[in-house]
Amino acid sequence: METVKLIIDKKEVEVPKGTTILDAAKSVGIHIPTLCYMKLEDLGYENNPGACRICVVEIEGRRNLAPSCKTECTADMVVRTHTPRVMNARKTVMELILSNHPAECLTCSSNGHCELQKIAHDLGIREIRYKGEMSVFKIDRSPSIVRNMNKCIMCRRCETMCNKIQTVGALTAVNRGFNAAVSTAFETDMAGSTCSYCGQCVSVCPVNALSGRNTQQPVLDALADPTKIVIAQTAPAVRTALGRDFGYPPGTLVTGKMVSALRQLGFDYVFDTDFAADLTIMEEGTELLHRLGGYLSGDKEVKIPLMTSCCPGWVSFVEQHFPELRGNLSSAKSPQQMFGAIAKSYFAEKLGVDRKDLVVVSIMPCLAKKYEASRPEFSVNGNPDVDYSIYTRELARLINYANIDFNDLPDGEFDHPLGESTGASVIFGTTGGVIEAACRTAYELYTKKNLENVDFEQLRGLEGVRSATINFEGTPIKIGIAHGLGNARKLIEEVKNGTSPYHAIEVMACPGGCIGGGGQPFHRGRIEVLRRRAAALYQEDANKPLRKSHENPYIQQLYAEYLGEPCGPRAHQLLHTHYFDRKEVIGMYVETSKTDKP
Amino acid sequence: MNEIHLHQNQLKELHAICAERNNDAGELINILHAAQGLFGYLPREIQEIIAADLHIPVSRVYGVVTFYSFFTMTPKGKYPVSVCLGTACYVRGAEKVLDEFQRQLEIKVGETTQDGLFSLDSLRCVGACGLAPVVTIGGKVYGRVTPEKVRDILADYYLREE
Repeated sequence: METVKLIIDKKEVEVPKGTTILDAAKSVGIHIPTLCYMKLEDLGYENNPGACRICVVEIEGRRNLAPSCKTECTADMVVRTHTPRVMNARKTVMELILSNHPAECLTCSSNGHCELQKIAHDLGIREIRYKGEMSVFKIDRSPSIVRNMNKCIMCRRCETMCNKIQTVGALTAVNRGFNAAVSTAFETDMAGSTCSYCGQCVSVCPVNALSGRNTQQPVLDALADPTKIVIAQTAPAVRTALGRDFGYPPGTLVTGKMVSALRQLGFDYVFDTDFAADLTIMEEGTELLHRLGGYLSGDKEVKIPLMTSCCPGWVSFVEQHFPELRGNLSSAKSPQQMFGAIAKSYFAEKLGVDRKDLVVVSIMPCLAKKYEASRPEFSVNGNPDVDYSIYTRELARLINYANIDFNDLPDGEFDHPLGESTGASVIFGTTGGVIEAACRTAYELYTKKNLENVDFEQLRGLEGVRSATINFEGTPIKIGIAHGLGNARKLIEEVKNGTSPYHAIEVMACPGGCIGGGGQPFHRGRIEVLRRRAAALYQEDANKPLRKSHENPYIQQLYAEYLGEPCGPRAHQLLHTHYFDRKEVIGMYVETSKTDKP
Repeated sequence: MNEIHLHQNQLKELHAICAERNNDAGELINILHAAQGLFGYLPREIQEIIAADLHIPVSRVYGVVTFYSFFTMTPKGKYPVSVCLGTACYVRGAEKVLDEFQRQLEIKVGETTQDGLFSLDSLRCVGACGLAPVVTIGGKVYGRVTPEKVRDILADYYLREE
């Protein structure tokens, strides 16, 4: 490989030809600040519009300052990253950005996590000398995401994420000059756009222009209401990331402290979404076997491949972009919704209370789960199965709000019966986990034999699209896995064209799966964080005494006492759903929230 | 929203515009240019059809339409009036001319009269600075326009419509 040698801040650097000054500097521990540039290498994401001009540096022999993100290193270049001239330019650029940014850090939900705030602080900005007109845009509140363009700095990260990585195509830069903003087609609300609520735009937003919808107050109200029994369910990915906000290294499992914190917050029962994940496997695994049976015996009506339906961002994507293939989605509800349905039927009956007196709060790594919980088909007479869904960062805020010293908490245990889970359910939180869990159960149900080695290593990893063949005692089952909606699109295009070789496909909308969800503490492009979160889940799985969903004794009890058979009539009524063609809904949506100034 | 209903043959022409350029997303600007030439403006429905033919999200089409001032989502009048506000025209009083057009037509820049006859826009330099201030109506260029001349210029067009 051809390399070039250059000098950055008196340090000698040797880098491959074509490397930018920004990357070269980073390789020797010089972190040039930037607001727009972002790279998630293993996920193929790179946003490099050269828009913010914060990263300018001085190059000896050149008249003008150069943006380090856009300038390639050449031999014997001498670069300085913090000369007075550079710093003056950088400060001026920052002041100009701030001149059209609301100075409301104290009341902003990104306070303390904001990249703009940090760089302004590092640059020592104490006064904004430029006063002028401020942008005034309408704030757009969708069920999952809040879009406040008054805070946007036009870095275009969200646009790259939405279009290049997720291929959702909801967000785009519109208008020009002072009126420029990131918006949707025809500047409709996000609810009227092709947005799937995956929340990845929120994950990469350096400021608070895109943020998660806040549902903390109604949860606090329910907890304070003595007439309500408030139940928590926690998704697997949350326990790998919550600790980050309390100083733990990435991927530290804080399951026990999380349970104690929830109890201290006042939840009457702390249950685990993992229980419902085991239930999902019972239903989805059985459905897979039914479909496979039909398919292998030549039934042309059977929809193969079966596509997983745990991820609401993915379900939404299918309904909007490929509604003709919604029959391939498993009819099994997601674990969040299965939990809600069981809590408000089976568990309510056990307690002898009306479902209206139960409040189910889910703690999710996800923004789309808020939207999912609000879908009308997941309620009975207007009472939702899941009342509120909050995301990991919101739980961290609630813990701080209630004066809880998280680090000092003892390890608590989930309550029974809806808190017991197997290792299979834990790995739902990472890409490949759902299908691995399904294989563990489907294998035994199909072959009637005991599965010795439950670790399907071939299904694991972080490559965007993976495939594997699992041998069910002579019947090869072909499995496709994708994470990130752009990768998922590749698999579903094959299904559409009739060239898909798979029997089952697992999709998670977020890169990495739920561990990289839009509600998690931001990983800011550090793929290592995702690796550690995944490793933590596989570790928890390995540590569990039971690792196959159908061996969960409380699941067996639930079927025996209440549900009957997997995919039986009662299970079907409570645990399965149907999907809609939402292509038309988008085209017909007319109400607009013009981002033009009023 | 501008609800429009395309005739079958107009729809055919629109598809043909896209097909002539191989439904290539890289040709988006040229396609929009041709479509605006055909319809006079680019309402939502037309953008949606182009997006579908080119297999790109309609948001991308809308982003391009709103970025370039040449493209418009409001229908132009039968006689589109453009007042040059380039430097030469501006210093010779183009703004007063524009004000007079707004007053006479009872519309603002970017709007179209109720009867659909006139629309009013400003532009930057038509390359006839020697004639400043310059106004174009359709393909016709008017030079050394003063506010006093505006009424007479418009009268010609009203006469044609009688």
